[in-house]
Amino acid sequence: MRQFIGRRLGYSLLSLLVLSLTIFLFVRVTGDPATLLVEPGASDDDIAAIHQKFGLDQPLWMQYGLFMLHLMRGDFGQSFYYQTPVLELYLDRLPNSLLLAAVAMTFSLVVGIPTGILAAVRVGRFWDSAGKLFALLGLSLPSFFVGLVMILVFSVYLGWLPSSGTGGVLHILMPAFALGWYFAASHMRLTRSSMLEVLGSEYVKLARLKGLPQSMVICKHAFKNALIPVLTLAGINLVLMINVAVVVETVFAWPGVGRLLYEGISFRDFPVVQGVVIMGGTMIVAVNLLVDVVYAVIDPRIRLEK
Amino acid sequence: MSITSDTLILPARVPSRSGSSRLGDLPLIPIIILGTIAFMAIFANVLAPHNPEIGSLTARFRPPVWQTGGSANHLLGTDQLGRDVLSRLIFGARVSMVVGFTAVIFAGVVGTVLGIIAGYIGGWADQIIMRITDAWLALPALTFAIFLAAIVGPSMWNIVIILGAVYWTRYARVVRGEVLSLKERDFVRLAVVAGCSKWTIMRRHILPNVANSAIVLATLMLGVVIVTEASLSFLGVGVPPPQPAWGLMLSDGKQGLMVGYWWLTVFPGVCIMLMVLSANLLGDWLRVKLDPQLRQL
Amino acid sequence: MSNLTLSSVSSDPRRSVAVATGRPLLELDNVSTHYVSAQGTRVVRAVDDVSLRLNAGETLGIVGESGSGKSTLALTLLRVLPQAARIVSGHIWFEGEDLVRKSDAEMRQVRGKRMAMILQDPMASLNPLFSIGDQVAEPIRVHEGTGRRAAWQRAIDLLKAVRIPSPQTRVTQYPHEMSGGMRQRIVGAIGISCEPRLLIADEPTTSLDLTIQAQYLNLLRELQREHGLALIFITHNLGIVAKMCDQLAVMYAGRVVESGPVSRIFNTPAHPYTRALLNSIPRMGDNRQRLTAIDGQPPDLSRLPVGCAFAARCPAAFDRCRTEAPPEFNLDGGRTARCWLASAAMQSGAA
Repeated sequence: MRQFIGRRLGYSLLSLLVLSLTIFLFVRVTGDPATLLVEPGASDDDIAAIHQKFGLDQPLWMQYGLFMLHLMRGDFGQSFYYQTPVLELYLDRLPNSLLLAAVAMTFSLVVGIPTGILAAVRVGRFWDSAGKLFALLGLSLPSFFVGLVMILVFSVYLGWLPSSGTGGVLHILMPAFALGWYFAASHMRLTRSSMLEVLGSEYVKLARLKGLPQSMVICKHAFKNALIPVLTLAGINLVLMINVAVVVETVFAWPGVGRLLYEGISFRDFPVVQGVVIMGGTMIVAVNLLVDVVYAVIDPRIRLEK
Repeated sequence: MSITSDTLILPARVPSRSGSSRLGDLPLIPIIILGTIAFMAIFANVLAPHNPEIGSLTARFRPPVWQTGGSANHLLGTDQLGRDVLSRLIFGARVSMVVGFTAVIFAGVVGTVLGIIAGYIGGWADQIIMRITDAWLALPALTFAIFLAAIVGPSMWNIVIILGAVYWTRYARVVRGEVLSLKERDFVRLAVVAGCSKWTIMRRHILPNVANSAIVLATLMLGVVIVTEASLSFLGVGVPPPQPAWGLMLSDGKQGLMVGYWWLTVFPGVCIMLMVLSANLLGDWLRVKLDPQLRQL
Repeated sequence: MSNLTLSSVSSDPRRSVAVATGRPLLELDNVSTHYVSAQGTRVVRAVDDVSLRLNAGETLGIVGESGSGKSTLALTLLRVLPQAARIVSGHIWFEGEDLVRKSDAEMRQVRGKRMAMILQDPMASLNPLFSIGDQVAEPIRVHEGTGRRAAWQRAIDLLKAVRIPSPQTRVTQYPHEMSGGMRQRIVGAIGISCEPRLLIADEPTTSLDLTIQAQYLNLLRELQREHGLALIFITHNLGIVAKMCDQLAVMYAGRVVESGPVSRIFNTPAHPYTRALLNSIPRMGDNRQRLTAIDGQPPDLSRLPVGCAFAARCPAAFDRCRTEAPPEFNLDGGRTARCWLASAAMQSGAA
């Protein structure tokens, strides 16, 4: 198992390397680093200082070295607009995004898993068709449209829920729903197919042959086994949620990292954009690694291997 | 109800999915919808009643014709600059269609080619391509697209290239997997033994066989690409104004939302939804039709 | 073994009504199970007009190639069929009750409790996430309402009964920690846990090593003796049948083509298919150069031929075989054979 973890870790580090290289190259080569990395309206001295700091006159590989050095130190640059280090801004906003993602994820699992199970158990009949319809809609409706329509209905027409900002439980309901809707559909689909596979397995057949009541067959034997891939996906999706929440956070003015990204592009604040992208990619690589490692640890088949 | 029901009755016909009348028949609804949108896109000049980019400031925020204050002149109302919503929707179809299809094809071509090379040639090429693919797949598409848009600046063709750059990795991974298994098949081995060059084999034997998967993936990706494009437009880094795009209309519509100007939000959103829905249904149907083994996709 | 005749009870005038010397434990009357495709167009006659009889404490072997319908027959008995399958006709009399008429809830009282089944692949049959003890105790808790502790203890006793060493430790372990032979014993323990009258074993030794097979078969024999179990052994291996079974039913294309006491069938098979099966077993001292295989393929069960299903491959087939499907004929000594040759034999008085 140690070998496995070690190999996996190396793999992740390699991915991070490629990512950082990609981001670096895109800025330096296809973009115009002079404009991007420099504040609009900077004086010539400032521009010279920036050239110095990022080594823009140096050969590329040296620039990359500097770039990585900065990243390691946690120096992601400074936001033009907020005049604060990007990392600080990011970490400041991250808890809000985490909260939103957590609530949205809970919603998506609470809705997705039972509907998926129901669809699998009643395969070919009403609930399955209803479930498929729900999944189709969920996967086809863009989250920000859902959000906007919800604002229209619940804030403007009914006046029940606030349309923006944080503050209380009511504030998080709509953004969480808008964000979670797509994932609810995705989880439902996976739960359904996973459940169908498990229901066709030999041990479920034996459970029925034992004369166990249907509820027990499903809830005890099928459920646990079917849930494994779903939870794996959910773990990865949680981090994905944080990153794709850009639009939802923008629609609802939710102060998370997604909104930060939006501000970055609106205010042409490139260090912020770059910082959010780097952090986003890093988080996903990290969570993929974590999921693989956790799997290796809890799967009794691997755990007991010497 | 149990899974087994071995009573003495023959089963009724299993209900089929919405959007397709029967397995094996063409899914009419998605094709009609996509066809209509394509039609709108091509003949926008003729179909649209007004110029989508110029509005009359005296006719701002007019509601659709069936509400009080609406007029037959502007069937679906006007926006904050007095521009006709219907015309903007029709012209917006152009952006969605062009960007959507071009990006999907571009990503598809690049991804398939690289996937074939990685899968068939293996070795260094495979390692490099796969490392890039894995790393880029770790970056969420939207985030990556925003990043690239921030660097190169928005324009319609830039967006197409950006979307292509973001999504080719999905093709590469799937195609490579297929190629790896195809490599072991006898007809490929025969070609090798017969002395065909690597490139010939890739072109004449491998490519046609992965084409199916690539096409199915392309249809499934169409919906995703359109949503991403709309998201980019919504955030202001998509196709730049004044060219009408549905995502941009949604962004503009935000202004009027709080005072109840619902038509600025609902219509463009419904258009996006219909297009994505149709693409998804078509993709699902194609997937089952072309290769049942691809059901895992 | 008690003296029994094997015959069917139906209104067909070509068959005689038998006088049984004891009420049979299990009796199948013209049972047919068909798979129907979703559109209702394709019908696979997996089990067709099967009639069998089994007494308490007896062992019946069901032999056939893959696709002959034997596994479907087993699942039919316990009514654990996939959604596409239907029992379209017949009766299954078990301890005097017709199982076909029962609701699913009523069947649950039968399954695992009065009639149990062992599946072929023990690794796949055991849920990887639950402990052995949990899975063995489960039917006891469900059917007899026993408490956790008591059921757990029963599980340990059961593991002892199937000769698993150090059951105390084993009972908390997980399926993947056991060897194949042990897993199969565990599945056996689950089978007998509620003291059923009938145990169906579907190819129980196919996935075991040869050396383990013999041990397992002996175990089943002992369990049968100790608990008074009736056994149905589903297999393609005639050697096991010879060793374990009193009665035999040979299946082909979903139908029973021959049935009767094992020794008599082995000595004088009545059906050409049975004869071919017996001939194809290589024997020591056999000087023939080539192995005898049966030419051809079994028929497509959704498109069965008009006449006898075996006619195309039968060396003794004549015209009537191809146009008319033979019914089951009763022969002396409690045997049946579904063959026109048997009818001729009956007429001429030969066995």
